[in-house]
Amino acid sequence: MSKIKDEHASSNKKMISLPISRVRLIMKSSPDVSSINQDALFLTTKATELFVQHLAHSSFNNGPGKETNSLSYSDLANTAEETETFHFLTDILPKKILARDYLRTLEQMEEEDADF
Amino acid sequence: MAERPEDLNLPNAVITRIIKEALPDGVNVSKEARRAISQAASVFVLYATSCANNFAMKAKRKTLNAGDVMSAMEEMEFERFLEPLREALEDDIRELSHMKMKNSEHIQKFSFSQTSSERRDDNSSSVIDSVNVPNIFWKCDSNVCSHTSGRFEIF
Repeated sequence: MSKIKDEHASSNKKMISLPISRVRLIMKSSPDVSSINQDALFLTTKATELFVQHLAHSSFNNGPGKETNSLSYSDLANTAEETETFHFLTDILPKKILARDYLRTLEQMEEEDADF
Repeated sequence: MAERPEDLNLPNAVITRIIKEALPDGVNVSKEARRAISQAASVFVLYATSCANNFAMKAKRKTLNAGDVMSAMEEMEFERFLEPLREALEDDIRELSHMKMKNSEHIQKFSFSQTSSERRDDNSSSVIDSVNVPNIFWKCDSNVCSHTSGRFEIF
């Protein structure tokens, strides 16, 4: 089965599945970008696809989901925190913590501040 | 530029398909995880754009080019993408030139069929809408084409 998948992937290598127009819109939303050449747009779109694959793949392999055959949010948040190249994602993939724990850390911080 | 914030999201169906292809068969990806990956992809585009733009600015260029994107990938420590990206771009360029070749063949065929109809003596030959007439026709000899009520008749 995986062999068929590999063949499928290699035959589709040059194909792009994400919409180029949408990627251009996201790129143009950056204020200092004035114009983007066609090849740069193509490469960014392709890179985004590779990125999605890479993020999903490494989160699944590093996470505990292998036994349960699942990929969860916390696997992604862990990857963002632990892998150097995915560090830029920590702001949008924050680790979830219980409100109880958060309140406790807040209290601790206040106590530490009071010590000074 | 972007009218609505959801315009900056990538389509869920496509993202889901890419995730599925990257993982072994039958892995269940939670809805939350899919949404997170999709948002991460948008942030990746912005991060890559900003890095690439820095390279373009350093070189005093206003237009982002392929080299800027490649340099950005290196700076972001996604060197593993460089080789597949290079291959994909080569394939894309090859396909484009192939398409161009096909197009020019098409034009050649078209003009050839036209000359054969010119040689025909009957006046019941094709009538073509002026909208569809390619530039090539405007250069035709005046005694071959005549303009009648917005249409070209070829004798």
